[in-house]
Amino acid sequence: MISGISIYEILTVTSLLFFIGIYGFITRKNLISILISVEIILNASVINFVVINKYLYPDMLQGVIFSIFIIAVAAAETALAVSIIINLYRQINSVEVKDTEIMKY
Amino acid sequence: MERYIFYILALIMIVFAIASVSSRKMLRSVIYLLFVLCGIAGIYFLIDYNFLAAIQLTVYAGGIVVLIIFSVLLVHHIELELEIAKLPKKLITGFVCLVGLGVFLFTIYSHDFLVVENDITTTTADIGRRLLSYDAGGFILPFEVISVLLLAAMIGAIIIAKGRKLALKNKEEV
Repeated sequence: MISGISIYEILTVTSLLFFIGIYGFITRKNLISILISVEIILNASVINFVVINKYLYPDMLQGVIFSIFIIAVAAAETALAVSIIINLYRQINSVEVKDTEIMKY
Repeated sequence: MERYIFYILALIMIVFAIASVSSRKMLRSVIYLLFVLCGIAGIYFLIDYNFLAAIQLTVYAGGIVVLIIFSVLLVHHIELELEIAKLPKKLITGFVCLVGLGVFLFTIYSHDFLVVENDITTTTADIGRRLLSYDAGGFILPFEVISVLLLAAMIGAIIIAKGRKLALKNKEEV
């Protein structure tokens, strides 16, 4: 654990990051920007897993292993999202949310 | 000492996260995200999970950010300025986020965490043993499932990104 830093301060930072991500998720109008906001939200939750593991149950490893799984799923999700965005750009020449109105190509 | 490093990292992370969700240039926004991810890796180093910090740096900073940069370069002009949300919508969203943050912080600070003082160092060998153990509390099944998921995501990404051309070619061959 970090000497001199309580769990409250770290949880404050992660909550701030989480809501910055949500703010971006709602206000951005571009698919790639929305992807970036989702990455920030996922990372904030991963830090929470790790920090709660370290501060409250230091002899367990569940938090670390779950965060490894979250990172793996996030990588898969990003790869799929980028491929969908590129395919969409080929179909309609745009990646803005408002131009994306049909789900069938 | 560690205390000041944590404050500096927290400041960097929050400033660059705000810059990343409000910058109007796409590529800059991705680079700000890279700084946020490196700051998070720094926090993992501080709480002594070196393996996780290495994963964060390789997978996020080395993989995902490069992938997003590629998609930005394929899809946008670099100089293109993004369309921005209207001011009332921004204000309402900011207000809602602040209320949510208030609820979160109130809950966190009113809960009494039973913190265990410790100096345990977790080695990579411990994590690997736990990940591959068959006993109770082992994670062998999710480990295998996640490898299948990654394979499926890879094949899916290739097929989706290839798009129409592949489908047409298959039809001609049949």
